[in-house]
Amino acid sequence: MGLSLEQALGVHPAALKLRAERAEVIASNLANESTPGYLAHDIDFRASLREAAQGDAQALEFASDRLKYRVPGSASQDGNTVDLAAEQAEFAQNAIDFQTSLTFLNMKLKGLSAAINGNS
Amino acid sequence: MTFRSIAQIAGSAMSAQTVRLNTVASNLANAETTGTESSAYRARKPVFQSVLQGSGARVQVLDVVSSNEPLNARYEPDHPMADEQGMVYDSNVNPVEEMTDMMSASRAFSTNLEVMARVNGLQQELLKMGQG
Repeated sequence: MGLSLEQALGVHPAALKLRAERAEVIASNLANESTPGYLAHDIDFRASLREAAQGDAQALEFASDRLKYRVPGSASQDGNTVDLAAEQAEFAQNAIDFQTSLTFLNMKLKGLSAAINGNS
Repeated sequence: MTFRSIAQIAGSAMSAQTVRLNTVASNLANAETTGTESSAYRARKPVFQSVLQGSGARVQVLDVVSSNEPLNARYEPDHPMADEQGMVYDSNVNPVEEMTDMMSASRAFSTNLEVMARVNGLQQELLKMGQG
C-alpha cells in the first residue's frame, strides 16, 4: 500500500495557495484605495477550494476569471468601490486563515515524520 | 510569485502616496504666495491609475495636474508683484482640503506598510514549514 504525499496532506496545500492568492487580491484593493474608478475585487474562496479539492488541476492555476467584483456598501463620487475598513478586516482574517492552514500542514508533516521514525 | 507581487503592489501604492504627500507639502508651502495671473501658484494634484499585474493591480501616478480653481484676485497697485492693472493674484491652494488630503495619504501609506509587514511575517512562517 503506497502512501501519496499529496493524499496525506489533504486539502491544505491548495488552501494555503488560495490564501496567498487572496492576500494579493486584497492587497491590490488596499493599494488602490485612492485610485479613481478602481473596482474592488475578491475571489470566491469556497468555490475555488471546492474545485481544488475535487482534483481539478486547473483550479490551482489562478485564473483571472475567478476574480469577482465586490458589491460596494456605499457609492463614492470617483467610482472607487474600496471600503478601507472592510478590506483591512478581510486582509487580517485572510492572514490568520493562512496561518491556520500552515499550522494544519505542519501538524500533518509532524504526523508523517512520527510515522516514519516510529515515534522513537 | 505571490509574495513578491504583493510587495510590489504595496510598494507601488506607497510610492504613489509619497507623490501625493509631496504635492500636499508643495501646496501648503506655497499657499501664501502671490503672483500675476499666469505666474501665481496653482495647487497640484496627482492622478492615480491602477495597472493590472497578474491577479492584482498596482498603482501608478499617471500625471500631476494643476488645479483650475479660480485665483483670488485683489487690487493692490503698490504690491511688488502687481501687474499693469494693479492686480495681485494669490495661489488657489485650499489649506483645509490639503490637510484632509494629507491625513488620507498618510493613512493609506501606513495601511500599505502594514500589508507589507504582515505578508513578510507570513512568508517567514512559510519558510519554517516542516521544521520543529
